[in-house]
Amino acid sequence: MATLSFGGFLTFAGFLSRFWPSTITGLVLGAVYALVALGYTLVYGVLRLINFANSEVFMLSAFGSFLAIEVLNVPQRLTGGGDPVKTGWELIGILALCLVVSVVIGGLSAVVVERVAYRPLRQRNAPRLVFLISAIGASFAISEAVGEWGPQQRDEYALTKFFKKQQLFKVFGADVYNANVIVVVGAAVMALALVLFVSKSRVGRGIRAVAQDAETAKLMGVNVDRIILITFLVGGLMAGGAAFLYEIHTPFARYDVGFSIGIKAFTAAVLGGIGNVRGALLGGVLLGLIESWGSSLFGSDQNIGNVAAFVTLVLVLMVRPSGLLGESLGRSKA
Amino acid sequence: MSQDTTSAPPPTAAAKLVFGSRFAAAARRRRTIETRWKALPRPLRALFVLVLVGFIYLLPSLHLPIIPTSSDFTALLAIIIVPYVLVALGLNVVVGMAGLLDLGYVGFYAVGAYSLAILTSQHATVPWLISIPLSVGISMLAGLLLGAPTLRLRGDYLAIVTLGFGEIIRLLAKSSDWMGAQSGIGNIKSPPNLGPIKFSGTIQERNTAFYYLAVTFVIVVFFFLRRLESSRVGRSWTAIREDEDAAEHMGVPTFKFKLWAFAIGAGIGGLAGTLYASNVRFINPDNFQLKLSILFLAAVVFGGPGNMVGVVFGAVAVSYLPERLRFLNTTRYFWFGVVLMVMMVFRPQGLLPRKLQQRIKPRDSVMPAFIDVSEGDPDREGGPHGTATA
Repeated sequence: MATLSFGGFLTFAGFLSRFWPSTITGLVLGAVYALVALGYTLVYGVLRLINFANSEVFMLSAFGSFLAIEVLNVPQRLTGGGDPVKTGWELIGILALCLVVSVVIGGLSAVVVERVAYRPLRQRNAPRLVFLISAIGASFAISEAVGEWGPQQRDEYALTKFFKKQQLFKVFGADVYNANVIVVVGAAVMALALVLFVSKSRVGRGIRAVAQDAETAKLMGVNVDRIILITFLVGGLMAGGAAFLYEIHTPFARYDVGFSIGIKAFTAAVLGGIGNVRGALLGGVLLGLIESWGSSLFGSDQNIGNVAAFVTLVLVLMVRPSGLLGESLGRSKA
Repeated sequence: MSQDTTSAPPPTAAAKLVFGSRFAAAARRRRTIETRWKALPRPLRALFVLVLVGFIYLLPSLHLPIIPTSSDFTALLAIIIVPYVLVALGLNVVVGMAGLLDLGYVGFYAVGAYSLAILTSQHATVPWLISIPLSVGISMLAGLLLGAPTLRLRGDYLAIVTLGFGEIIRLLAKSSDWMGAQSGIGNIKSPPNLGPIKFSGTIQERNTAFYYLAVTFVIVVFFFLRRLESSRVGRSWTAIREDEDAAEHMGVPTFKFKLWAFAIGAGIGGLAGTLYASNVRFINPDNFQLKLSILFLAAVVFGGPGNMVGVVFGAVAVSYLPERLRFLNTTRYFWFGVVLMVMMVFRPQGLLPRKLQQRIKPRDSVMPAFIDVSEGDPDREGGPHGTATA
């Protein structure tokens, strides 16, 4: 297979020199994947079905956060038409506001998807495959609707820069930018909140009960329909947060941005053990790292990074057929 | 939904227990068509099939006014609809018959197409007629290679791994110069002319020729699968689909038959890929987007997984609908998604659901046997049904 050459080539020395930068990129990507993966893992844990439309929830939130920044004209309004580039507390305020908008849009759209594409089927006791197709239909409809009637139709929608990318500190000679820190810290806070919510709160206990055994949970007085709705809502909130953080890292959105992220996130959820909250977080971070290292190893070819991610998934599943941490939303603490 | 709970006869009550009342209603309706068809004498059935096949072959020359589309009808049939039917039949083996969820079926389609492209254009000049079985063989091998390590995984894990496989094939093709990278492979050979069926003639002639070729493939595959369905292999698939653990305990080598399902499905997918490649004569990685896999799966579920006639209708619907909706221009995929959702809500079992008596029939025959036993017929006691009811 000597003729089989990929866009780049195996440059091990180059890989070592790029190791830390690619680790940082990987962590940033991984943080986003982990948050989106939570949406898949929670719904799978509770309903045993792949929430295919979660990727479009992500996409809608990305557009939502763009619109929030552009329509509200936040940067200019705050300074009365002055310098749109922000720093310090002002920046944090704007970020927080946009994050809230994005999260709310994510949560709302996830709830709408549950109502429109899942609930009617659940009431009819449809086979599981049907849920998947219905979700795929919803996913198509949402993504195409944005592609058709969205702000930029099928073109990329670029976010106006409202903060300057600054180098904050160095890790082993690799630059760490403020954007990287915002993404990773933001994701960590949201993930921590979710883990606490699922393991400590009353509703979280309900979610775990339904995941364990929906019938029995119902008998014990858990409102299963409400729990399912809340599960979708929480998944949507996480996807919304992820979307905004992703936009900080990559300030472009397109009507089909959700598709590849969604597949990656779902892979991450499976890698960690679908239905397992901590598994999704671990899987997300690992997948981001593997993807980044993989593409850096083969001369920064993005495609090879994706191939590496999927190959790792297959290898892991061969050794551990139910993911790294196993599926246990119902059994474990979180 | 609930008014017929009390009046329903026992078999449908059983079906209701298993599938819910909508499915029971479908089972009742379906069985009348089924029994009527089965009641016809064999020569009459053969005649009917012959007439149907003849009608399908003549379809492009009939100029039917009822199916107008903005594009040329023959081209639509040859390039889109019939290949879709072929793909759906192949995917139905995996999803409908064996009950394995495959989300990356486009991978096999791509393997077939790329094998043909590499064999006839990129790296060799193997004749078309030889390349086809070779490409199908390579696709089947790909199916085995993917299946061997992954088929021990449970349903949804298998789904994501196959999804990954579909992506890997495309990304490898995109990154590898050997496979033409992003610019793809051109000059793929067409099939040789066969008398009046000219693959090298005008566009009209070419489309008609490809239509005949595709329909022939579909018919051969259809009857091959029909035979397979009622063989030991097909029954094993049904057993695996209904309850894998039970099948294993009954002595069905589940892994082996799942692998068979994968390989046969992959082979048919590869065949469809070669058809596509030799028709368009130029392929690049963007022709094998993951979206296609999802459309293939939609075709199977739309038609009714497990029922081959249903799947054929589903494939025609899923491929024809976006073309029919072409007047909606770019919004057609939006409407397609909406139709998919509405369809799943109102007819979740598909256009033509699979024959439910595979599950109901034993109970049908169990009932009289059971009554016979209670009436004191000692000869029946040791029969296979006796243990089934116990």
